[in-house]
Amino acid sequence: MLFWQILIDGFAISALYALGATGFTLIFGVSGVLNLSHGAIMVGAAVAAWAAAGLLHVDAYVAALIGIAVGMALAFATYFITVRPIQQSRRIAEPEREIFILTATLLWGIIIQELVAYLYTNNAKTVLPIVEGVVTVLGVRTPTNEFFTAAVCWVVIGLLWLLVNRTRRGKAVLAASMNARGVTLLGIELSGIYLTVWAVYGLLAGIAGILLGMFLGVSSYSVGPLTASAFSIVVLGGLGSVSGSLIAAYVVGYLETITAYMLSPAYRTIPALLLLIVVMYVRPQGLFGRR
Amino acid sequence: MSVRAVFTSRLFWIGVATLVVGALLPLFASGYVLGLLTVACYTAVFAMSWDLLFGFAGEVNFGPTFLIGLGAYTAGILDARLSPHVSMWLCVAAGAAAAVVGGVLLALPALRLRGPYFGLTTLVAVLMLQNFVVVFAGLTGGEIGLSVPDVMSVDAHVNYWIAFGFMALSGAILFGLSRSAVGLILQASGQDAVQAGALGFNVVKHKLAAFIVSAFFSGLAGALMVFYMGTASVGTFVDISVGVQVIIAAVLGGRRTVIGAAIGAIFLIGTGELLRPLGEMATLIVSVIALLVILFFPDGFLGILRGGARS
Repeated sequence: MLFWQILIDGFAISALYALGATGFTLIFGVSGVLNLSHGAIMVGAAVAAWAAAGLLHVDAYVAALIGIAVGMALAFATYFITVRPIQQSRRIAEPEREIFILTATLLWGIIIQELVAYLYTNNAKTVLPIVEGVVTVLGVRTPTNEFFTAAVCWVVIGLLWLLVNRTRRGKAVLAASMNARGVTLLGIELSGIYLTVWAVYGLLAGIAGILLGMFLGVSSYSVGPLTASAFSIVVLGGLGSVSGSLIAAYVVGYLETITAYMLSPAYRTIPALLLLIVVMYVRPQGLFGRR
Repeated sequence: MSVRAVFTSRLFWIGVATLVVGALLPLFASGYVLGLLTVACYTAVFAMSWDLLFGFAGEVNFGPTFLIGLGAYTAGILDARLSPHVSMWLCVAAGAAAAVVGGVLLALPALRLRGPYFGLTTLVAVLMLQNFVVVFAGLTGGEIGLSVPDVMSVDAHVNYWIAFGFMALSGAILFGLSRSAVGLILQASGQDAVQAGALGFNVVKHKLAAFIVSAFFSGLAGALMVFYMGTASVGTFVDISVGVQVIIAAVLGGRRTVIGAAIGAIFLIGTGELLRPLGEMATLIVSVIALLVILFFPDGFLGILRGGARS
């Protein structure tokens, strides 16, 4: 009974982690940017969906679409306000750009977080779920929404795989992550590729944020932990490796779920952090990293 | 630098003027302002220690609060347990020592990992410390905080003088270190470790020293601040947002300057307080200012000053 419960709950939460981390690792793989406003973008999208449902009284589907649109808008804003000016700045030396982008996206995330808190308070918000009700599977009563979440996550990840491996644009993105200079030599605009990647990222982060809002609820306090968990999943799997992130998301998701059920919810994040430290010492490039 | 050159340099006289103004301030300022400045002085030491690691050794430490928190909590816990028998200052020394041990622990991965990987290790270190404080609530006071029986002084003037003197002394040591041969070697190792090694400098030894010095001052400042506040809590010493503030202070003031970090810290604390009537908006406005400075004046306040002096 408990075994099945852990299996089902862990599967859903891990799928959500995987979706959240995929966009994060995609951006790093293609443009070398670690976006520390990740959590804020997820929360922004979820809160937009919540506000749309509550204030405009639209139905759950329209609210979710509005949330996704806001997620994409926030992703583009992150790129144009913080990342691009630093990448093109002549006054910041090449080796220092990384820390500047980290600091700037961190500040940008705080700005979004504070705006959300100012406009809609710090209270936790639960987005109206698209599917309601409870089903009993293998003797475990589970909200239907949990299965819906896992299904959507995997469909979106599957679509992303198709986009990257089967379309012309996607192949260009993949090539840029391997060798950016080579792609420009083939006559493809790198800036266009960055735009594509940030659009896809906004879409993924938006969907992940809204699903999280339906599943667990979000508040402006979840910004930091969300960024930290995406960051640690991505590093655990190996920076830039999408399949590594997917596996790492499941490792972290199940570790957390098992700890929460078997020991205490208070210790939830500790084993995953310990694992991360061990991996950093023994295998710094992550479980599936390329370097 | 000859003695004569020291006395004729502009920097020296600006420093002396700042010291005199800072030391005489309690004669004019109210207790409220002094309390604010006391916190600002400790934050300035946090930021300067961070700048030594980042600006000079080139190590992106996302977890300054790991070192600060170790110092603060070690001192606080020891004092809470052994209060009447052991002097407060011994607890402060133990706090600084614990932070140095933490600094060496942090340095171990730093010597192996690069850039974002090391940054994450430091972040994880902070999260671990935070979990530890919450889980062992019996020892650490948990989320409520740990109150210590001893306080430094109940007089705002004395507290301020201790904090200001401590900041001036640490600032002088860290600044001197950054301008010395050691500082230059550190800077070289931070920019290109392989080349610095090829020139015959022991990169590992210098980086380790930078971690130890940075940890020592962070831990000491954290421990002293506990006895100023009379309480240690996650929100003031360990939380990631505190570390973020330290980093923003250092980058805002101008990285790789040490002094800039102190200016940034005082600015941040001061502005945060001035904007307090705006409530939720305060953090928002400070973040927007910091983002604008980083985007348009990457060399921070000192960079703006220097640019102005040059043209």
